[in-house]
Amino acid sequence: MSSEWPLYEVFVRGKRGLNHVHVGSLHAADDEMALHHARDLYTRRNEGVSIWVVKAADITASSPDEKDPFFAPSGDKVYRHPTFYDIPDDVPHM
Amino acid sequence: MTATLSEPDLERHFEGTIARDARIEPRDWVPEGYRKTMIRQIAQHAHSEIIGMQPEGNWITRAPSLRRKAILLAKVQDEAGHGLYLYSAAETLGADRAELTEKLVTGRQKYSSIFNYPTLNFADVGVIGWLVDGAAICNQVPLCRSSYGPYARAMIRICKEESFHQRQGYELLMTMMKGTEQQRRMVQDATDRWWWPSLMMFGPPDADSPNTAQSMAWKIKRHTNDELRQRFVDMTVPQAEALGVTLPDPELRWNPERGHYDFGEIDWTEFKRVLSGAGPCNAERVAHRRAAHENGAWVREAAAAHAAKSRRGREKAA
Ligand SMILES: [Fe+2]
Ligand SMILES: [Fe+2]
Repeated sequence: MSSEWPLYEVFVRGKRGLNHVHVGSLHAADDEMALHHARDLYTRRNEGVSIWVVKAADITASSPDEKDPFFAPSGDKVYRHPTFYDIPDDVPHM
Repeated sequence: MTATLSEPDLERHFEGTIARDARIEPRDWVPEGYRKTMIRQIAQHAHSEIIGMQPEGNWITRAPSLRRKAILLAKVQDEAGHGLYLYSAAETLGADRAELTEKLVTGRQKYSSIFNYPTLNFADVGVIGWLVDGAAICNQVPLCRSSYGPYARAMIRICKEESFHQRQGYELLMTMMKGTEQQRRMVQDATDRWWWPSLMMFGPPDADSPNTAQSMAWKIKRHTNDELRQRFVDMTVPQAEALGVTLPDPELRWNPERGHYDFGEIDWTEFKRVLSGAGPCNAERVAHRRAAHENGAWVREAAAAHAAKSRRGREKAA
């Protein structure tokens, strides 16, 4: 049916200083309505200070599986993590 | 990438994810049975939230004070929200929302039997919050650890809001119990009518629940129906005592050996009758939902037409 509203994914910034986080989806006729619906549906108790909505069809996603070869380039680079480095306990502020 | 793996490999990988207690996420490969069961469970749960607006919505215009009216409006609005979070989760498994609504309004998918009972007086609003939302909380808290990520996350959000639902109901009843003799009788009457249907909310007894074993293995379900029902009874008895009402079960008593309350036999023929469509309000609930859906069609069409027109306008300007 042509009157079917597209699916939007909703991202909410919980408070200043935090990233937007995906909270779910909703249907709306256009971007503006999607924002209003997102406010009514996902922030009824001040759960957010900022909302992003984006048409689900516009999202390009990798497969969610961490085992996926897509993520292999980062899997073997443990040196990117701070715990990779041994620092004596008595060195301050490290 | 995963498409190159064979089906047994995918199956093993899926089982491994479940065994590690990790969550299944959208676009993960899942066995067809898992997808079907999950969609059915989430859809029925969503339908229950949506139909669940009706019994209490019945009292919004007749709430006894502005305070109670504002609270009831907020509560019913929350239930709409719960339904929408859940439809959203079902869609991540490939379900189509319009189709789910269609299945509800044509009676091809079920919702919780509890919402097929009428709300006869304002104390029913309080008892629904206390017992029905209370039972829902019992059912839903373990589902926050369901193996399907989007469902588990929706449940976390829902459980946070349910706590307000239960407390407003109990507070309403406490207020009525401090009122006149007639008000106390209303609370007792509502408790008498809602107690047994609330116990039925946990579903058939374990011996009669053939899908439980598979659902537990998939970690879709974390406890059996009877375990959750017992937990609810144990939690509710002291609440009834504090309120000063009697639960309508002469066999209800503490069993020190079991460390639980014993309770009487549930009328499962009534449960089956209501579930199969012959409850006091089944036809009315579905008819009301269908009418709301059909009467809203012109709004959905007009909004879609407006969106298409402004999109064309923007494309022309560009
Ligand atoms: Fe709810
Ligand atoms: Fe609720």
